[in-house]
Formats: sequence, C-alpha cells, structure tokens
Amino acid sequence: MPRIAGVDLPKDKRVEIALTYIYGIGRSASQKILKEADIDWNKSAGKLTESEVVKIRETIDRTYKVEGELRREVAMNIKGLMDLGSYRGLRHRRSLPVRGQRTHTNARTRKGPRRGVVGKKKK
Amino acid sequence: MARSLKKGPYIEPSFLRKVEKTKEGKSDKVIKTWSRKSTITPELVGLTIAIHNGKKFIPIFITEEMVGYKLGEFAPTRTFYGHTGDRRTRVKGK
Repeated sequence: MPRIAGVDLPKDKRVEIALTYIYGIGRSASQKILKEADIDWNKSAGKLTESEVVKIRETIDRTYKVEGELRREVAMNIKGLMDLGSYRGLRHRRSLPVRGQRTHTNARTRKGPRRGVVGKKKK
Repeated sequence: MARSLKKGPYIEPSFLRKVEKTKEGKSDKVIKTWSRKSTITPELVGLTIAIHNGKKFIPIFITEEMVGYKLGEFAPTRTFYGHTGDRRTRVKGK
C-alpha cells in the first residue's frame, strides 16, 4: 500500500484513479503526474514499485500544492475575503451562497439542513 | 466570463477625473461616487471613497488588498435584520 502526500493509500485501483484520492489532485492532474513520472496509468496502485512511488511523490512535491497546504491556502483566501469587508467575504461569514445564487429556495448546500419556522400551523 | 485584458480594467472616466483632481490636492473632500462598477486601481489606495449603496454613501477607506475588486463590493445594497424570533439574529453593522 503506497503512501503519498500523507495518509492516502487506495489499493486495488488503477493509479490514475488512486491518485485522485489525494486532496487537490483530480483526473487531469493525476494523468499529468503519471505522464511526467512515466508510469502506466492502468497499473494498479498496489503493484507500484518503490521507485515508482518515489517518482510520483517527487513529481507531486515539485508541481502541486496538495492536502494540508492546499486546504490552508483555500482557508486563508476565504479569510482574506472576510477581513476585506467585501461582499464575497460577507457571504462567507453568513455561510450563504457567494456567487449570486438565489436563496429564496434552495441553497441548502451552504445553509445546511432546514430549520423550520416554529409557530403558526394550518388546522 | 472575465473581461478581455486588452481593454484593461474598467473605471468610469468621470470618476477617474475626480480622483486625479483630488490627488493633485485641488480638493480634499471625500469623493462621492455612484460608480460601483469601477475597478479599484492602485491609484485609489489610501483614499477614502464614499460609495453609493442605492440610498446613501458608504465611506470606504481603500487599502492595498482591495485593488482589483469593484467599488460596489464594499458597499452592501441590502439590509437584512433576520427573521423575528430568530435566535441567531445578527444585526448588520453599517
């Protein structure tokens, strides 16, 4: 079971897919990495040799911001927006949608589970 | 979609004239503007600009980090005081 960039270790999957378990790496980034490391995409992650793992690790370290570092960057950017006092920052503060979506209905991803209104009920 | 780089950032020409005047020291009044769509350029850093929110002018001190945003992003146009009985009622500041 290879470990790359911290805790990530999906076995049995093709490397191309396995790499996407790392935060910050999707299909296309995964393919680029493997191309650069010159490894067959279709090989399953468990069958990687030690040197191949090292190669992948190095490529990622060199070219991508991943996992904790990336999460920190995203959080910092959001915090920056909030400190600025910009509209986007305000929306983040109230955990409402930031990009102009409607909030009359929907927007449940940002707002979380429904909180019903207590009070009047039709009889 | 992002604006074409060829055109450069958008700033209302009349607003820009006013900014230049202020910078030359001809007038030291706070600049009032309705031009929320103007981009904040490095020249504006350090000025206080009163941005219209549809009702009144909100004075905003422009800092370096604000460059690249639009003026309107700093003057909210809506007031929402929360629903009655909402425990988490947050009263909006200015």
